[in-house]
Amino acid sequence: MENLFQWGGGMWGGIGLAVLQIVTFVVILLVLIAFLLLFDRKVWAAVQLRKGPNVVGPFGLLQSFADLIKFVLKEVIIPAGANKTVFLLAPVITLTLALVGWAVIPVAPGWVISNLNVGVLYLFAVSSLGVYGIIMGGWASNSKYPFLGGLRSAAQMVSYEVSIGFVIVTVLLLVGSLNLSDVVENQAGGIWNWHAFAFPTIFVMFPMFVIFFISALAETNRPPFDLPEAESELVAGYQVEYSSSPYLMFMIGEYVSIVLMCSMLTILFFGGWHMPLPIPGVDGLPEWLLSLGGLLVFIVKTTFFFFLFAMVKAIVPRYRYDQLMRLGWKIFLPTSLVAVVIVSAYVTFQNASGRQEFDRLDADSSGYLEAPELAAVILPSGVDTDNDGKVSLAEYRDRARS
Amino acid sequence: MALIAFYILSTIVVLSALFVVAARNPVHSVLWLILAFFTSAGLLVLIGAEFLAMLLVVVYVGAVAVLFLFVVMMLDIDFAELKQGFQNYLVVGVLVALALLAEIGIVAAAATFGGGTTFNANPGAATNAEALSRVLYTDYLLLFQMSGIVLLVAMIGAIVLTLRARPTVKRQNIAQQTGRKRKDAVELKDVRPGQGI
Repeated sequence: MENLFQWGGGMWGGIGLAVLQIVTFVVILLVLIAFLLLFDRKVWAAVQLRKGPNVVGPFGLLQSFADLIKFVLKEVIIPAGANKTVFLLAPVITLTLALVGWAVIPVAPGWVISNLNVGVLYLFAVSSLGVYGIIMGGWASNSKYPFLGGLRSAAQMVSYEVSIGFVIVTVLLLVGSLNLSDVVENQAGGIWNWHAFAFPTIFVMFPMFVIFFISALAETNRPPFDLPEAESELVAGYQVEYSSSPYLMFMIGEYVSIVLMCSMLTILFFGGWHMPLPIPGVDGLPEWLLSLGGLLVFIVKTTFFFFLFAMVKAIVPRYRYDQLMRLGWKIFLPTSLVAVVIVSAYVTFQNASGRQEFDRLDADSSGYLEAPELAAVILPSGVDTDNDGKVSLAEYRDRARS
Repeated sequence: MALIAFYILSTIVVLSALFVVAARNPVHSVLWLILAFFTSAGLLVLIGAEFLAMLLVVVYVGAVAVLFLFVVMMLDIDFAELKQGFQNYLVVGVLVALALLAEIGIVAAAATFGGGTTFNANPGAATNAEALSRVLYTDYLLLFQMSGIVLLVAMIGAIVLTLRARPTVKRQNIAQQTGRKRKDAVELKDVRPGQGI
Protein backbone atom coordinates (compact mmCIF):
# COMPACT_ATOMS: atom_id res chain seq x y z
CA MET A 1 0.00 0.00 0.00
CA GLU A 2 2.98 2.22 0.66
CA ASN A 3 4.01 2.49 -2.97
CA LEU A 4 0.51 3.63 -3.93
CA PHE A 5 1.64 7.11 -2.95
CA GLN A 6 3.72 7.31 -6.09
CA TRP A 7 0.78 6.69 -8.43
CA GLY A 8 -1.05 9.97 -7.98
CA GLY A 9 0.74 12.85 -9.66
CA GLY A 10 2.15 15.56 -7.39
CA MET A 11 1.31 16.54 -3.86
CA TRP A 12 -2.50 16.67 -4.07
CA GLY A 13 -2.69 13.31 -5.81
CA GLY A 14 -0.60 11.87 -2.98
CA ILE A 15 -2.85 13.41 -0.37
CA GLY A 16 -5.97 12.17 -2.17
CA LEU A 17 -4.61 8.64 -2.29
CA ALA A 18 -3.59 8.78 1.34
CA VAL A 19 -7.10 9.88 2.30
CA LEU A 20 -8.56 7.08 0.15
CA GLN A 21 -6.32 4.53 1.88
CA ILE A 22 -7.25 5.80 5.32
CA VAL A 23 -10.98 5.77 4.57
CA THR A 24 -10.79 2.24 3.15
CA PHE A 25 -8.78 1.03 6.12
CA VAL A 26 -11.13 2.60 8.68
CA VAL A 27 -14.28 1.29 7.00
CA ILE A 28 -12.93 -2.27 6.80
CA LEU A 29 -11.67 -2.04 10.38
CA LEU A 30 -15.02 -0.81 11.72
CA VAL A 31 -16.98 -3.49 9.86
CA LEU A 32 -14.63 -6.16 11.21
CA ILE A 33 -15.04 -4.71 14.68
CA ALA A 34 -18.84 -4.85 14.35
CA PHE A 35 -18.51 -8.62 13.91
CA LEU A 36 -15.86 -8.93 16.63
CA LEU A 37 -18.29 -7.19 19.00
CA LEU A 38 -20.87 -9.86 18.24
CA PHE A 39 -18.16 -12.53 18.64
CA ASP A 40 -17.32 -11.07 22.06
CA ARG A 41 -20.95 -11.31 23.15
CA LYS A 42 -21.33 -14.81 21.73
CA VAL A 43 -18.24 -16.06 23.61
CA TRP A 44 -19.51 -14.47 26.78
CA ALA A 45 -22.92 -16.07 26.26
CA ALA A 46 -21.43 -19.49 25.50
CA VAL A 47 -19.43 -19.45 28.74
CA GLN A 48 -22.64 -18.66 30.64
CA LEU A 49 -24.56 -21.37 28.71
CA ARG A 50 -26.75 -18.78 26.96
CA LYS A 51 -27.36 -18.37 23.25
CA GLY A 52 -26.38 -14.73 22.94
CA PRO A 53 -27.81 -12.39 20.32
CA ASN A 54 -29.49 -14.59 17.69
CA VAL A 55 -32.47 -12.64 16.36
CA VAL A 56 -31.23 -10.04 13.88
CA GLY A 57 -29.97 -11.74 10.73
CA PRO A 58 -28.72 -15.34 10.48
CA PHE A 59 -27.16 -16.39 13.84
CA GLY A 60 -27.60 -12.76 14.97
CA LEU A 61 -24.85 -11.64 12.58
CA LEU A 62 -26.43 -8.23 12.02
CA GLN A 63 -26.94 -7.51 15.72
CA SER A 64 -24.14 -4.90 15.85
CA PHE A 65 -25.65 -3.00 12.92
CA ALA A 66 -29.07 -3.03 14.55
CA ASP A 67 -27.44 -1.66 17.71
CA LEU A 68 -25.73 1.02 15.65
CA ILE A 69 -29.03 2.20 14.19
CA LYS A 70 -30.63 2.13 17.63
CA PHE A 71 -27.85 4.23 19.16
CA VAL A 72 -27.80 6.77 16.36
CA LEU A 73 -31.58 7.27 16.33
CA LYS A 74 -31.93 7.83 20.08
CA GLU A 75 -32.00 11.27 21.62
CA VAL A 76 -28.73 12.73 22.91
CA ILE A 77 -29.25 13.69 26.52
CA ILE A 78 -26.83 16.20 27.99
CA PRO A 79 -27.07 16.79 31.74
CA ALA A 80 -28.00 20.37 32.68
CA GLY A 81 -24.92 20.89 34.87
CA ALA A 82 -22.53 19.34 32.37
CA ASN A 83 -19.70 21.20 30.72
CA LYS A 84 -21.21 20.82 27.28
CA THR A 85 -18.14 21.25 25.05
CA VAL A 86 -15.88 18.94 27.02
CA PHE A 87 -18.78 16.50 27.49
CA LEU A 88 -19.19 16.08 23.74
CA LEU A 89 -15.47 16.34 23.00
CA ALA A 90 -14.57 13.38 25.25
CA PRO A 91 -16.13 10.54 23.18
CA VAL A 92 -14.83 12.09 19.95
CA ILE A 93 -11.30 12.13 21.39
CA THR A 94 -11.59 8.53 22.57
CA LEU A 95 -12.68 7.31 19.15
CA THR A 96 -10.14 9.41 17.23
CA LEU A 97 -7.21 8.35 19.40
CA ALA A 98 -8.22 4.72 19.12
CA LEU A 99 -8.33 4.99 15.32
CA VAL A 100 -5.11 6.98 14.74
CA GLY A 101 -3.07 4.24 16.40
CA TRP A 102 -3.83 2.00 13.42
CA ALA A 103 -1.85 4.28 11.10
CA VAL A 104 1.42 2.51 11.87
CA ILE A 105 0.15 -1.08 12.15
CA PRO A 106 1.64 -3.21 9.34
CA VAL A 107 -1.16 -5.66 8.55
CA ALA A 108 0.66 -7.44 5.72
CA PRO A 109 4.08 -7.15 4.04
CA GLY A 110 4.24 -3.51 2.90
CA TRP A 111 0.61 -2.83 3.78
CA VAL A 112 0.88 0.00 6.25
CA ILE A 113 -0.55 3.50 6.00
CA SER A 114 2.51 5.19 7.49
CA ASN A 115 5.76 3.27 7.83
CA LEU A 116 7.10 5.47 10.64
CA ASN A 117 10.64 4.96 11.89
CA VAL A 118 9.40 5.45 15.44
CA GLY A 119 6.25 3.36 14.95
CA VAL A 120 6.41 1.63 18.31
CA LEU A 121 6.88 4.90 20.17
CA TYR A 122 4.00 6.40 18.21
CA LEU A 123 1.72 3.55 19.27
CA PHE A 124 2.86 3.93 22.86
CA ALA A 125 2.24 7.67 22.73
CA VAL A 126 -1.23 7.28 21.23
CA SER A 127 -2.28 4.58 23.68
CA SER A 128 -1.10 6.77 26.56
CA LEU A 129 -3.41 9.53 25.33
CA GLY A 130 -6.45 7.26 25.51
CA VAL A 131 -6.94 8.23 29.15
CA TYR A 132 -8.01 11.77 28.19
CA GLY A 133 -11.34 10.76 26.68
CA ILE A 134 -12.30 8.97 29.86
CA ILE A 135 -11.03 11.55 32.35
CA MET A 136 -12.64 14.40 30.37
CA GLY A 137 -15.94 12.52 30.10
CA GLY A 138 -15.86 11.80 33.81
CA TRP A 139 -15.22 15.39 34.77
CA ALA A 140 -17.56 17.06 32.27
CA SER A 141 -20.55 14.98 33.39
CA ASN A 142 -20.52 16.98 36.64
CA SER A 143 -21.72 14.01 38.63
CA LYS A 144 -20.18 11.89 41.38
CA TYR A 145 -20.06 8.43 39.81
CA PRO A 146 -18.55 9.49 36.48
CA PHE A 147 -16.01 11.64 38.28
CA LEU A 148 -14.87 8.76 40.49
CA GLY A 149 -14.71 6.56 37.39
CA GLY A 150 -12.58 9.13 35.58
CA LEU A 151 -10.15 9.46 38.50
CA ARG A 152 -9.84 5.70 38.84
CA SER A 153 -9.14 5.28 35.17
CA ALA A 154 -6.51 8.05 35.17
CA ALA A 155 -4.58 6.32 37.95
CA GLN A 156 -5.07 2.87 36.45
CA MET A 157 -4.04 3.67 32.89
CA VAL A 158 -0.99 5.70 33.93
CA SER A 159 0.14 2.82 36.18
CA TYR A 160 -0.10 0.10 33.57
CA GLU A 161 1.46 2.22 30.85
CA VAL A 162 4.75 1.98 32.75
CA SER A 163 4.96 -1.80 32.54
CA ILE A 164 3.73 -1.77 28.92
CA GLY A 165 6.57 0.64 28.13
CA PHE A 166 9.19 -1.64 29.68
CA VAL A 167 7.83 -4.73 27.92
CA ILE A 168 8.00 -2.86 24.60
CA VAL A 169 11.61 -1.91 25.41
CA THR A 170 12.57 -5.59 25.77
CA VAL A 171 11.17 -6.32 22.31
CA LEU A 172 12.91 -3.29 20.82
CA LEU A 173 16.23 -4.37 22.30
CA LEU A 174 15.91 -7.73 20.56
CA VAL A 175 14.96 -6.12 17.24
CA GLY A 176 17.30 -3.14 17.32
CA SER A 177 14.77 -0.90 15.54
CA LEU A 178 11.71 1.18 16.42
CA ASN A 179 10.00 0.38 13.12
CA LEU A 180 7.08 -2.04 13.43
CA SER A 181 7.75 -3.65 10.04
CA ASP A 182 11.29 -4.41 11.25
CA VAL A 183 9.83 -5.91 14.41
CA VAL A 184 7.73 -8.28 12.30
CA GLU A 185 10.55 -9.09 9.87
CA ASN A 186 12.77 -9.97 12.83
CA GLN A 187 10.40 -12.87 13.55
CA ALA A 188 10.39 -14.33 10.03
CA GLY A 189 11.02 -18.01 9.38
CA GLY A 190 8.72 -19.84 11.75
CA ILE A 191 7.24 -20.11 15.21
CA TRP A 192 10.69 -20.71 16.76
CA ASN A 193 11.68 -17.18 15.71
CA TRP A 194 8.64 -15.43 17.22
CA HIS A 195 9.64 -13.26 20.14
CA ALA A 196 7.41 -15.11 22.57
CA PHE A 197 8.99 -18.47 21.70
CA ALA A 198 12.52 -17.78 20.35
CA PHE A 199 14.82 -20.15 22.16
CA PRO A 200 17.16 -18.60 24.68
CA THR A 201 14.98 -15.56 25.26
CA ILE A 202 11.74 -17.52 25.78
CA PHE A 203 12.37 -17.62 29.53
CA VAL A 204 12.18 -13.83 29.65
CA MET A 205 10.00 -13.00 26.66
CA PHE A 206 7.13 -15.38 27.34
CA PRO A 207 6.55 -13.90 30.81
CA MET A 208 6.87 -10.48 29.17
CA PHE A 209 4.15 -11.48 26.73
CA VAL A 210 1.91 -12.46 29.64
CA ILE A 211 2.61 -9.15 31.39
CA PHE A 212 1.83 -7.26 28.20
CA PHE A 213 -1.43 -9.14 27.81
CA ILE A 214 -2.57 -8.40 31.35
CA SER A 215 -1.44 -4.76 31.12
CA ALA A 216 -3.34 -4.46 27.85
CA LEU A 217 -6.48 -5.60 29.68
CA ALA A 218 -5.91 -2.86 32.26
CA GLU A 219 -5.01 -0.24 29.67
CA THR A 220 -8.23 -0.83 27.73
CA ASN A 221 -10.42 -1.02 30.88
CA ARG A 222 -11.45 -4.56 30.12
CA PRO A 223 -12.60 -6.97 32.81
CA PRO A 224 -11.13 -7.97 35.25
CA PHE A 225 -9.77 -4.41 35.37
CA ASP A 226 -12.92 -2.52 34.36
CA LEU A 227 -12.94 -0.50 37.58
CA PRO A 228 -13.62 2.83 35.81
CA GLU A 229 -17.03 1.43 34.87
CA ALA A 230 -17.59 -1.10 37.63
CA GLU A 231 -21.36 -1.43 37.71
CA SER A 232 -21.54 -2.78 41.25
CA GLU A 233 -19.70 0.25 42.64
CA LEU A 234 -20.04 3.16 40.19
CA VAL A 235 -23.21 2.30 38.19
CA ALA A 236 -21.35 2.67 34.86
CA GLY A 237 -18.44 4.88 35.86
CA TYR A 238 -17.50 7.59 33.42
CA GLN A 239 -20.27 6.51 31.01
CA VAL A 240 -23.19 7.08 33.38
CA GLU A 241 -24.42 10.33 31.80
CA TYR A 242 -23.76 9.31 28.20
CA SER A 243 -26.49 8.19 25.87
CA SER A 244 -27.08 7.58 22.19
CA SER A 245 -24.28 8.52 19.72
CA PRO A 246 -21.74 9.85 22.28
CA TYR A 247 -22.06 6.58 24.18
CA LEU A 248 -21.70 4.69 20.91
CA MET A 249 -18.46 6.56 20.22
CA PHE A 250 -17.10 5.59 23.62
CA MET A 251 -18.00 1.98 23.00
CA ILE A 252 -16.56 1.80 19.48
CA GLY A 253 -13.42 3.60 20.68
CA GLU A 254 -13.03 1.06 23.46
CA TYR A 255 -13.34 -1.87 21.07
CA VAL A 256 -11.04 -0.29 18.46
CA SER A 257 -8.33 0.11 21.10
CA ILE A 258 -8.87 -3.44 22.32
CA VAL A 259 -8.33 -4.77 18.80
CA LEU A 260 -5.34 -2.42 18.48
CA MET A 261 -3.85 -4.01 21.60
CA CYS A 262 -4.52 -7.48 20.14
CA SER A 263 -2.71 -6.52 16.95
CA MET A 264 0.18 -5.13 19.02
CA LEU A 265 0.44 -8.49 20.78
CA THR A 266 0.51 -10.15 17.36
CA ILE A 267 3.19 -7.83 16.02
CA LEU A 268 5.44 -7.68 19.08
CA PHE A 269 5.34 -11.32 20.16
CA PHE A 270 3.57 -13.55 17.65
CA GLY A 271 5.28 -12.84 14.35
CA GLY A 272 2.76 -10.46 12.75
CA TRP A 273 1.82 -11.70 9.30
CA HIS A 274 4.24 -14.66 9.31
CA MET A 275 2.98 -18.24 9.23
CA PRO A 276 3.94 -20.45 12.20
CA LEU A 277 5.74 -22.83 9.83
CA PRO A 278 7.56 -21.86 6.63
CA ILE A 279 5.69 -23.16 3.57
CA PRO A 280 8.00 -24.41 0.80
CA GLY A 281 7.49 -22.89 -2.66
CA VAL A 282 5.46 -19.96 -1.37
CA ASP A 283 7.99 -17.42 -2.67
CA GLY A 284 7.01 -18.18 -6.27
CA LEU A 285 3.50 -16.77 -5.79
CA PRO A 286 2.67 -13.21 -6.95
CA GLU A 287 3.30 -10.48 -4.42
CA TRP A 288 -0.35 -9.41 -3.97
CA LEU A 289 -1.33 -12.99 -3.13
CA LEU A 290 1.43 -13.18 -0.51
CA SER A 291 0.27 -9.89 1.00
CA LEU A 292 -3.33 -11.09 1.07
CA GLY A 293 -2.25 -14.33 2.74
CA GLY A 294 -0.22 -12.31 5.24
CA LEU A 295 -3.27 -10.15 5.98
CA LEU A 296 -5.34 -13.28 6.60
CA VAL A 297 -2.72 -14.70 8.99
CA PHE A 298 -2.59 -11.36 10.79
CA ILE A 299 -6.38 -11.23 11.16
CA VAL A 300 -6.51 -14.81 12.46
CA LYS A 301 -3.83 -14.11 15.08
CA THR A 302 -5.48 -10.85 16.15
CA THR A 303 -8.85 -12.60 16.42
CA PHE A 304 -7.24 -15.28 18.57
CA PHE A 305 -6.07 -12.65 21.04
CA PHE A 306 -9.49 -11.02 20.93
CA PHE A 307 -10.93 -14.43 21.84
CA LEU A 308 -8.57 -14.53 24.83
CA PHE A 309 -9.78 -11.04 25.84
CA ALA A 310 -13.38 -12.25 25.59
CA MET A 311 -12.66 -15.39 27.62
CA VAL A 312 -10.95 -13.37 30.35
CA LYS A 313 -14.01 -11.12 30.49
CA ALA A 314 -16.27 -14.13 30.87
CA ILE A 315 -14.21 -16.08 33.39
CA VAL A 316 -12.22 -13.80 35.70
CA PRO A 317 -13.93 -11.86 38.53
CA ARG A 318 -13.20 -8.15 38.90
CA TYR A 319 -10.11 -7.00 40.81
CA ARG A 320 -10.36 -4.81 43.85
CA TYR A 321 -8.75 -1.39 43.35
CA ASP A 322 -5.85 -1.91 45.80
CA GLN A 323 -5.11 -5.30 44.23
CA LEU A 324 -5.00 -3.66 40.83
CA MET A 325 -2.53 -1.02 41.96
CA ARG A 326 -0.42 -3.58 43.79
CA LEU A 327 -0.24 -5.79 40.70
CA GLY A 328 0.83 -2.89 38.50
CA TRP A 329 3.38 -1.20 40.70
CA LYS A 330 4.71 -3.95 42.96
CA ILE A 331 4.75 -6.93 40.60
CA PHE A 332 4.70 -5.93 36.94
CA LEU A 333 6.97 -2.88 37.19
CA PRO A 334 9.89 -4.63 38.99
CA THR A 335 9.53 -7.78 36.88
CA SER A 336 9.59 -5.93 33.58
CA LEU A 337 12.45 -3.71 34.78
CA VAL A 338 14.54 -6.79 35.61
CA ALA A 339 13.60 -8.23 32.21
CA VAL A 340 14.91 -5.10 30.47
CA VAL A 341 18.24 -5.55 32.26
CA ILE A 342 18.43 -9.25 31.37
CA VAL A 343 17.52 -8.73 27.73
CA SER A 344 19.96 -5.85 27.28
CA ALA A 345 22.71 -7.97 28.85
CA TYR A 346 21.80 -10.80 26.49
CA VAL A 347 21.81 -8.54 23.45
CA THR A 348 25.12 -6.96 24.44
CA PHE A 349 27.01 -10.13 25.26
CA GLN A 350 25.50 -12.47 22.66
CA ASN A 351 25.20 -9.82 19.97
CA ALA A 352 21.81 -11.37 19.34
CA SER A 353 20.30 -8.47 17.55
CA GLY A 354 22.96 -8.08 14.88
CA ARG A 355 20.82 -5.46 13.23
CA GLN A 356 23.19 -2.53 13.65
CA GLU A 357 26.16 -4.60 12.59
CA PHE A 358 24.24 -5.78 9.55
CA ASP A 359 23.27 -2.22 8.64
CA ARG A 360 26.87 -1.10 8.94
CA LEU A 361 28.01 -3.89 6.60
CA ASP A 362 25.09 -3.24 4.22
CA ALA A 363 26.65 -0.12 2.77
CA ASP A 364 24.02 0.47 0.05
CA SER A 365 21.07 -0.19 2.44
CA SER A 366 19.62 -2.79 0.06
CA GLY A 367 18.62 -5.14 2.88
CA TYR A 368 21.06 -7.75 1.58
CA LEU A 369 24.80 -8.27 1.73
CA GLU A 370 25.90 -8.67 -1.90
CA ALA A 371 29.21 -9.22 -3.65
CA PRO A 372 31.17 -6.03 -2.86
CA GLU A 373 29.94 -5.87 0.74
CA LEU A 374 30.62 -9.56 1.39
CA ALA A 375 34.34 -8.98 0.86
CA ALA A 376 34.43 -6.85 4.04
CA VAL A 377 33.18 -9.61 6.32
CA ILE A 378 34.19 -13.18 7.06
CA LEU A 379 31.16 -15.47 7.12
CA PRO A 380 30.85 -19.26 7.43
CA SER A 381 30.44 -21.04 4.09
CA GLY A 382 26.85 -22.24 4.55
CA VAL A 383 25.45 -18.87 5.64
CA ASP A 384 23.55 -18.28 2.38
CA THR A 385 20.90 -20.91 3.11
CA ASP A 386 18.67 -20.12 0.11
CA ASN A 387 21.65 -19.89 -2.30
CA ASP A 388 20.62 -16.59 -3.92
CA GLY A 389 24.14 -15.19 -3.76
CA LYS A 390 23.30 -12.59 -1.12
CA VAL A 391 22.90 -12.68 2.65
CA SER A 392 19.70 -11.38 4.24
CA LEU A 393 19.36 -10.19 7.83
CA ALA A 394 17.75 -13.46 8.93
CA GLU A 395 20.58 -15.45 7.35
CA TYR A 396 23.13 -13.13 8.93
CA ARG A 397 21.61 -13.73 12.35
CA ASP A 398 21.73 -17.49 11.81
CA ARG A 399 25.40 -17.39 10.79
CA ALA A 400 26.53 -19.12 13.98
CA ARG A 401 24.11 -22.00 13.41
CA SER A 402 24.89 -22.68 9.75
CA MET B 1 3.76 21.90 2.10
CA ALA B 2 5.99 21.82 5.17
CA LEU B 3 5.73 25.61 5.34
CA ILE B 4 1.91 25.53 5.27
CA ALA B 5 1.91 22.85 7.94
CA PHE B 6 4.36 24.89 10.01
CA TYR B 7 2.17 27.99 9.92
CA ILE B 8 -0.99 26.05 10.74
CA LEU B 9 0.65 24.23 13.65
CA SER B 10 2.40 27.28 15.07
CA THR B 11 -0.83 29.29 14.90
CA ILE B 12 -2.54 26.57 16.91
CA VAL B 13 0.33 26.49 19.43
CA VAL B 14 0.25 30.26 19.96
CA LEU B 15 -3.53 30.42 20.19
CA SER B 16 -3.79 27.51 22.62
CA ALA B 17 -0.99 28.98 24.72
CA LEU B 18 -3.00 32.20 24.83
CA PHE B 19 -6.12 30.31 25.93
CA VAL B 20 -4.13 28.53 28.67
CA VAL B 21 -3.81 31.95 30.30
CA ALA B 22 -7.15 33.36 29.22
CA ALA B 23 -9.45 30.45 30.06
CA ARG B 24 -11.58 31.08 33.16
CA ASN B 25 -11.91 27.44 34.08
CA PRO B 26 -8.60 25.86 35.23
CA VAL B 27 -9.59 22.51 33.70
CA HIS B 28 -10.03 24.23 30.34
CA SER B 29 -6.58 25.80 30.84
CA VAL B 30 -5.02 22.37 31.26
CA LEU B 31 -6.87 21.07 28.21
CA TRP B 32 -5.52 23.99 26.14
CA LEU B 33 -2.06 23.26 27.55
CA ILE B 34 -2.38 19.66 26.35
CA LEU B 35 -3.31 20.90 22.89
CA ALA B 36 -0.25 23.18 22.93
CA PHE B 37 2.04 20.26 23.91
CA PHE B 38 0.53 18.02 21.28
CA THR B 39 0.86 20.59 18.52
CA SER B 40 4.47 21.32 19.51
CA ALA B 41 5.12 17.61 18.99
CA GLY B 42 3.80 18.13 15.46
CA LEU B 43 6.30 20.99 14.98
CA LEU B 44 9.11 18.69 16.14
CA VAL B 45 8.05 16.09 13.56
CA LEU B 46 8.22 18.81 10.88
CA ILE B 47 11.92 19.47 11.57
CA GLY B 48 12.66 15.74 11.53
CA ALA B 49 13.02 15.20 15.27
CA GLU B 50 10.42 12.45 15.39
CA PHE B 51 11.90 10.73 18.43
CA LEU B 52 11.77 13.94 20.47
CA ALA B 53 8.20 14.51 19.30
CA MET B 54 7.10 11.08 20.50
CA LEU B 55 8.89 11.60 23.82
CA LEU B 56 7.12 14.92 24.25
CA VAL B 57 3.76 13.23 23.73
CA VAL B 58 4.55 10.23 25.95
CA VAL B 59 6.08 12.15 28.83
CA TYR B 60 4.30 15.49 28.86
CA VAL B 61 0.91 14.74 27.36
CA GLY B 62 0.64 11.12 28.44
CA ALA B 63 1.90 11.44 32.00
CA VAL B 64 2.60 14.96 33.30
CA ALA B 65 -0.52 16.63 31.93
CA VAL B 66 -2.71 13.74 33.11
CA LEU B 67 -1.50 14.38 36.65
CA PHE B 68 -2.07 18.13 36.18
CA LEU B 69 -5.61 17.43 35.06
CA PHE B 70 -6.06 14.95 37.89
CA VAL B 71 -5.08 17.56 40.49
CA VAL B 72 -6.89 20.51 38.91
CA MET B 73 -10.16 18.57 38.59
CA MET B 74 -10.15 17.83 42.30
CA LEU B 75 -9.57 21.46 43.28
CA ASP B 76 -12.50 23.36 44.65
CA ILE B 77 -11.73 26.90 43.51
CA ASP B 78 -13.64 30.06 44.17
CA PHE B 79 -13.04 32.05 41.00
CA ALA B 80 -14.15 35.39 42.42
CA GLU B 81 -11.61 35.10 45.22
CA LEU B 82 -8.93 34.04 42.78
CA LYS B 83 -9.45 37.11 40.62
CA GLN B 84 -9.33 39.59 43.53
CA GLY B 85 -5.61 40.24 43.85
CA PHE B 86 -5.13 40.41 40.10
CA GLN B 87 -4.56 44.17 39.83
CA ASN B 88 -1.96 44.23 42.62
CA TYR B 89 0.29 41.94 40.60
CA LEU B 90 -0.44 43.58 37.25
CA VAL B 91 2.77 45.65 37.17
CA VAL B 92 5.04 42.72 38.03
CA GLY B 93 3.21 40.53 35.55
CA VAL B 94 3.59 43.03 32.74
CA LEU B 95 7.31 43.42 33.52
CA VAL B 96 7.90 39.66 33.37
CA ALA B 97 5.90 39.40 30.15
CA LEU B 98 7.92 42.24 28.58
CA ALA B 99 11.19 40.58 29.60
CA LEU B 100 10.06 37.32 28.00
CA LEU B 101 8.97 39.13 24.84
CA ALA B 102 12.32 40.93 24.62
CA GLU B 103 14.21 37.65 25.02
CA ILE B 104 12.20 36.00 22.26
CA GLY B 105 12.79 39.06 20.07
CA ILE B 106 16.56 38.95 20.66
CA VAL B 107 16.74 35.25 19.84
CA ALA B 108 14.61 35.68 16.71
CA ALA B 109 16.70 38.67 15.56
CA ALA B 110 19.96 36.82 16.18
CA ALA B 111 18.72 33.79 14.28
CA THR B 112 17.42 35.85 11.34
CA PHE B 113 20.17 38.44 10.89
CA GLY B 114 23.12 36.60 12.39
CA GLY B 115 23.58 34.34 9.39
CA GLY B 116 21.29 31.69 10.85
CA THR B 117 21.96 27.98 11.04
CA THR B 118 19.98 25.25 9.34
CA PHE B 119 18.77 22.71 11.84
CA ASN B 120 19.88 19.12 11.46
CA ALA B 121 17.75 16.76 13.53
CA ASN B 122 19.90 13.68 13.02
CA PRO B 123 23.58 14.54 12.54
CA GLY B 124 25.71 11.57 11.58
CA ALA B 125 22.98 8.95 11.87
CA ALA B 126 20.03 7.54 9.97
CA THR B 127 17.33 8.45 12.48
CA ASN B 128 16.77 11.01 15.20
CA ALA B 129 16.62 8.29 17.87
CA GLU B 130 20.02 6.95 16.82
CA ALA B 131 21.61 10.40 16.67
CA LEU B 132 20.34 11.27 20.15
CA SER B 133 21.40 8.00 21.72
CA ARG B 134 24.87 8.23 20.17
CA VAL B 135 25.40 11.51 22.00
CA LEU B 136 23.59 10.57 25.21
CA TYR B 137 25.35 7.25 25.74
CA THR B 138 28.85 8.40 24.81
CA ASP B 139 29.83 12.05 25.42
CA TYR B 140 27.14 12.83 27.97
CA LEU B 141 26.86 9.42 29.61
CA LEU B 142 27.84 10.68 33.06
CA LEU B 143 25.43 13.63 32.98
CA PHE B 144 22.67 11.42 31.61
CA GLN B 145 23.07 8.86 34.38
CA MET B 146 23.42 11.56 37.00
CA SER B 147 20.18 13.23 35.98
CA GLY B 148 18.51 9.82 36.24
CA ILE B 149 19.81 9.41 39.78
CA VAL B 150 18.68 12.94 40.69
CA LEU B 151 15.16 12.05 39.51
CA LEU B 152 15.26 8.81 41.48
CA VAL B 153 16.33 10.66 44.63
CA ALA B 154 13.52 13.19 44.13
CA MET B 155 11.02 10.36 43.72
CA ILE B 156 12.18 8.50 46.81
CA GLY B 157 12.23 11.79 48.73
CA ALA B 158 8.61 12.47 47.82
CA ILE B 159 7.64 8.98 48.97
CA VAL B 160 9.55 9.29 52.24
CA LEU B 161 7.98 12.69 52.98
CA THR B 162 4.42 11.52 52.43
CA LEU B 163 4.63 7.99 53.81
CA ARG B 164 3.29 7.86 57.33
CA ALA B 165 3.10 4.58 59.15
CA ARG B 166 -0.19 4.73 61.01
CA PRO B 167 -0.73 1.63 63.12
CA THR B 168 -4.44 2.37 63.54
CA VAL B 169 -5.19 2.05 59.82
CA LYS B 170 -6.45 -1.35 58.79
CA ARG B 171 -4.63 -2.79 55.80
CA GLN B 172 -5.24 -5.84 53.71
CA ASN B 173 -2.57 -8.49 53.48
CA ILE B 174 -2.87 -9.93 50.00
CA ALA B 175 -0.71 -13.00 50.72
CA GLN B 176 -2.91 -13.80 53.69
CA GLN B 177 -6.05 -13.29 51.63
CA THR B 178 -4.99 -15.47 48.73
CA GLY B 179 -3.51 -18.07 51.06
CA ARG B 180 -6.91 -18.64 52.68
CA LYS B 181 -8.13 -22.21 52.31
CA ARG B 182 -11.66 -23.51 52.18
CA LYS B 183 -11.42 -25.25 55.55
CA ASP B 184 -10.46 -21.93 57.24
CA ALA B 185 -13.63 -20.25 56.11
CA VAL B 186 -16.36 -22.84 55.63
CA GLU B 187 -17.57 -25.27 58.19
CA LEU B 188 -20.27 -27.83 57.53
CA LYS B 189 -22.76 -28.38 60.34
CA ASP B 190 -25.26 -31.13 60.45
CA VAL B 191 -28.31 -29.31 61.72
CA ARG B 192 -31.27 -31.31 62.91
CA PRO B 193 -34.67 -29.85 62.00
CA GLY B 194 -36.24 -27.82 64.78
CA GLN B 195 -33.13 -27.73 67.01
CA GLY B 196 -30.88 -24.95 65.67
CA ILE B 197 -27.10 -24.94 65.91
